[in-house]
Amino acid sequence: MVSIEIDGKKIEAEQGAMIIEVADANGITIPRFCYHKKLSIAANCRMCLVEVDGVKKPLPACATPISDGMVVKTQSDFAQESQKSVMEFLLINHPLDCPICDQGGECELQDVALEYGNDVSRFSEKKRAVVDEDLGPLIETEMTRCIHCTRCVRFGREVAGIRELGAVGRGEHMEISTFIEQSVDSEVSGNIIDLCPVGALTDKPSRYQARSWEMTQRDSVSPHDCIGANLHVHTLRNRVIRVVPKDNEAVNEVWLADRDRYSHQALDKSERLLKPMMRQNGADWKEVDWETALERTASKLNMISQTDGADQVAAIAHPSSTTEEMYLLQKVMRGLGSNNIDHRLRVTDFAWQKFEPLHPELGVELSDLENLDACLLIGANLRKEQPLASLRVRKATRYGDIASIGLYPVYHNFDVKHEIITDAETWLVQLAAIAKYLYENQAASDKEHWADAMDLEGLETLIAPINVQEEHREVAGMLLQADKASIILGASALEFSYAGHIRLLAKAIANLSGSSYGFFPHGGNSVGAYLAGAIPHRGPAGADVEQNGQHIKDLFEQNKKSYVLLKTEPGKESVIAEEARRSLAQADFVVALTCHADDEAFEYADIVLPVASFLETSGSYVNVNGLWQDFAAVVSAPGEAKPAWKVLRVLGNLLNLKNFDYVSAEDVRKEVKGRLSAVGDRIKPKWQCPETLPRDGFAPRPVNMYQIDGWLRRAPSLQQTALAQGREILKRPRLSPFHNIVGGV
Amino acid sequence: MTETAPKTLEKLLSSKGLEQAAVWVKKYPEERKRAAIIPIMTIVQEELGYLTQESMDAVADYLSCPKIAAYEVASFYSMFRLKEAGKYVISLCTNVSCMLAGSGDIKQWFQDELGIAPGETTSDGKFTLKEVECMAACGGAPMLEVDKQYHENLTVDKVAHLIHELK
Repeated sequence: MVSIEIDGKKIEAEQGAMIIEVADANGITIPRFCYHKKLSIAANCRMCLVEVDGVKKPLPACATPISDGMVVKTQSDFAQESQKSVMEFLLINHPLDCPICDQGGECELQDVALEYGNDVSRFSEKKRAVVDEDLGPLIETEMTRCIHCTRCVRFGREVAGIRELGAVGRGEHMEISTFIEQSVDSEVSGNIIDLCPVGALTDKPSRYQARSWEMTQRDSVSPHDCIGANLHVHTLRNRVIRVVPKDNEAVNEVWLADRDRYSHQALDKSERLLKPMMRQNGADWKEVDWETALERTASKLNMISQTDGADQVAAIAHPSSTTEEMYLLQKVMRGLGSNNIDHRLRVTDFAWQKFEPLHPELGVELSDLENLDACLLIGANLRKEQPLASLRVRKATRYGDIASIGLYPVYHNFDVKHEIITDAETWLVQLAAIAKYLYENQAASDKEHWADAMDLEGLETLIAPINVQEEHREVAGMLLQADKASIILGASALEFSYAGHIRLLAKAIANLSGSSYGFFPHGGNSVGAYLAGAIPHRGPAGADVEQNGQHIKDLFEQNKKSYVLLKTEPGKESVIAEEARRSLAQADFVVALTCHADDEAFEYADIVLPVASFLETSGSYVNVNGLWQDFAAVVSAPGEAKPAWKVLRVLGNLLNLKNFDYVSAEDVRKEVKGRLSAVGDRIKPKWQCPETLPRDGFAPRPVNMYQIDGWLRRAPSLQQTALAQGREILKRPRLSPFHNIVGGV
Repeated sequence: MTETAPKTLEKLLSSKGLEQAAVWVKKYPEERKRAAIIPIMTIVQEELGYLTQESMDAVADYLSCPKIAAYEVASFYSMFRLKEAGKYVISLCTNVSCMLAGSGDIKQWFQDELGIAPGETTSDGKFTLKEVECMAACGGAPMLEVDKQYHENLTVDKVAHLIHELK
């Protein structure tokens, strides 16, 4: 620690910190454009010049480390004159189009110019104009406004790991550009809009729709992945205009994935269902009032469960439904006497479900991903499955190593040290080989230590015939050497037809190497689904059920008489889409609680009930670290659409089920949480040794990252991106994290 | 964009050029090998006349750096040509010393006799004129450079003679 003085204020700070960091931490404002706390230091805008006693020249606060006894003045005449001069230079070429600029009102240049700019420009020559870039459907450009802070360039190089933008040309001719005609294809590209301090990069879908000061800012949580990114939603006259990130270091830092940012477009899409509709004698669809629709639903469900048995009623929820919705759905189902409820649309292997923990978990805090010394990714394409987690893992590659084992080559945005591409036949064997090397290279005392948690005899028999290859030794060695290691499973591991085996082997590897173990489940609220009991084999909070319901695969393969669908379109989402479509088509009665209804839905459903989307209802999501994040409605639902929890509550009442008198989503949440505290951590998964390593595994085709839920499928701008259409330039050079993170060229 | 097979540096350069490139790469640590980007692009330019997007991509792949990094370097340095140039590229200094010693007349001569202003190429594709900053030969001002050869203490007559010889 050293002590310095800024503007007469005595401050203790860490040696090596930059002046601007210390000033920011102590509430002293220094103007800046190129400096950003999450990016490397460029010191190219010179706006943060300050006076330091004993130094004759002004110094950039962002690139000047503090030293003991330093006296800094940010407001002295000398400092202010320097800052004003820089401002004058920056304004030379900046156009005066603030009245038509979307950044107007929230523009860093505008703010700083107000304070440091001159009233009159001394520059009478021609301003330069720059030809615009077309960066794709998400980012609007007006490159004449660019002040060359290079934040967007550094974001690509350092954070996203995919460098698409650069500073081309020099001096007055320098332009931020892709140089060749090319869109920016990164899955987190929208962040450069927030980073841009001026109006050069702005939100394309919301262009010219609102001025920043007219909009109201409300908070919400993203439903598209189990990170639970925090959102600031900007609305105008009950309409969502745009979404920007809300800072939360523990969750999304300051970033958003593009799908978190642009999925709101689906809210006012034409396929939006506005009124309850019912099929009349066969084929005709008719709009009805809520009462009719719900009474009909209740009587149909009642009738089928009484005449054909409660097990003929099945409910499928999308894992991006709120915890409250899923809790009420399972309560309705279990009230009818059926445990046939599931949300695991993309899981194929249910053999080991009774050994599962209380809920899916990552085993490591999201914010700790960046501190890992080693990480083994199994069947994970993090960039596309969990874009924000991928950014964290990328940070880990500064000092740590990543290994990846999966079925197909993945173009990660970080360096992978050991990559094993396997086929479905030998995937399990490869994992077992890593486990074998770990097992054989441990001291006997360690083995005793695991005997409680693991079935070592079984493991020994299982791995005995396996050949350990060099690549397995490398991966195992990497895990053994690391202080902090993590085994993380991704979507293709969970979708594999022997996913249970993979999970057990991965857990064995984790135990044997002292690593943490976990996985990223599908959808935004799979954790909430487990806690709420939207699974056939356990009730809310992991409670036992008298008799296991059927899992989703059986529900679709053994045609049921009736299906209740919550925010899901199984024909587009299920891993067994064909079976799903067929079973829905044959069912006597299908009721869909849905935001959108397309031809397919009208084909299979008998009643469609319009429900509120994630920005129109209150509720909560639980992220992969078990963090509950609740939110309120940001805008009201269009037409007669109602929050799904209200619909389910009324349905519960109509079915004469007990304890269905909730007044708010919070009541429901309290009930779920109450049940959780009652159960505690009763479920302690025991490790089971698989008896064999089957070779007939099957891996379903991975789903596009912009197809995973109904909102993404109906967000036009996202659907126009290269990523959605599978034409992004896949091949990236292998980038060394060394020169890509620590700045430099 | 679908993935077509782009030409690698190995396909673009002669074996001698490749040898030279390998020498440059060896001078830097493996993870910093992109530092060789300037000499290697110089080699490419010498062999192919100018830098195309294809050849810049090839250099970027060869050095495992993002393609945009190659574009940045190539567009930053005026010695790299991104457009086809004449057989002879004449770099005429018009900086202070040369200007005082009469480089303006020489520039005018090129305009009058060959019909090219700085940045232009003669219609027969022989000569390209480039206006450059000081080349550190003020003692012999005015000067120009062509084919890595300095020509100093120029007069209009001397330039006319030189061009005639090159023709």
